Amino acid sequence: MNFIEFVSQPWHWSVSGAVIVFVMFLLLWFGGNFGASSNLRTLCAIGGAGKQVDFFKFNWKGQMWNLVFIGSAIIGGYLATTVFASPEPVQIAQETQEYLSTLGVSTPQTIEEGNGYLPQEIFAVKNLLSGRNLVIILVGGFLVGFGARYAGGCTSGHAISGLSNLQLPSLIAVIGFFIGGLLMTWLIIPFLFTI
Amino acid sequence: MKLMKYMIPGILFGIVMTKSEAVSWFRIQEMFRFESFHMYGIIGTAVILAAIMTWLIKKYQGKTLSGDQIVFNPKNMSVPRYLIGGIIFGLGWAMTGACPGPMFTLVGHGAWTILLVIASAIAGTYAYGALKSKLPH
Repeated sequence: MNFIEFVSQPWHWSVSGAVIVFVMFLLLWFGGNFGASSNLRTLCAIGGAGKQVDFFKFNWKGQMWNLVFIGSAIIGGYLATTVFASPEPVQIAQETQEYLSTLGVSTPQTIEEGNGYLPQEIFAVKNLLSGRNLVIILVGGFLVGFGARYAGGCTSGHAISGLSNLQLPSLIAVIGFFIGGLLMTWLIIPFLFTI
Repeated sequence: MKLMKYMIPGILFGIVMTKSEAVSWFRIQEMFRFESFHMYGIIGTAVILAAIMTWLIKKYQGKTLSGDQIVFNPKNMSVPRYLIGGIIFGLGWAMTGACPGPMFTLVGHGAWTILLVIASAIAGTYAYGALKSKLPH
């Protein structure tokens, strides 16, 4: 097995967690910090939102490092699905696969069927004109952006940076993430797929 | 040019988000249905190692590359802000299967509909900024 084949396998969760912390270390060492969602505020400010709303009136040039970081994640995503493409689709728990099939969402079994990152039934361009899919994509995205800024951070800023710095506010935020996630997963998603 | 170095953690972040499968909508469903340890393993390992790293940096007064002290800013205490904001974020996270880091990573996968998710997330951020003074914090 050569290096590329070795890296291309799906990574064990412990390796993944350690690499995330290495990314966080590099950001701190370079003088930044680990938090992805603040880039959305920076993008608003670059777009001129500071003219209407004071929240976007800040020195966004000081946040350019974070945009370089998150923009490079696009390159990383490209490399990870081309040069280091996984030989198999994401291996999802059998119970989850069976549940999703009752919603009409199929889990790829072979790499020819898909890589298992996004369900085609929701995210394929050809399925975009379904009302349900537009709700998931547009409302879902809106809630992520609104909620992340309201809570002052997302998974990277609160769940990893905040919890590791023993911040009680971050624990409250993460509890909130789970309340919202459980409501969506157990009540709203099943409802959206039956109407 | 000083910003170019941020490409290293950025590229690595996109790779680890993909190879860890944290970018997978299926993995997020599986996590919130408590049907696999995978996502808990990733986040748990990251929190424990990051806590050790944070403690070491504080104890030994770690410096940045340019020689400044690395500082960790404490967050202001509030319950409604973090709880309500967190719930709204969690609803969106489970719906799209993507938090902000994975959203950008997925653009690199050529998943074009994610651009609409990002555009909506920017709109949501703007809406928060516009409504900020009216919301409980």
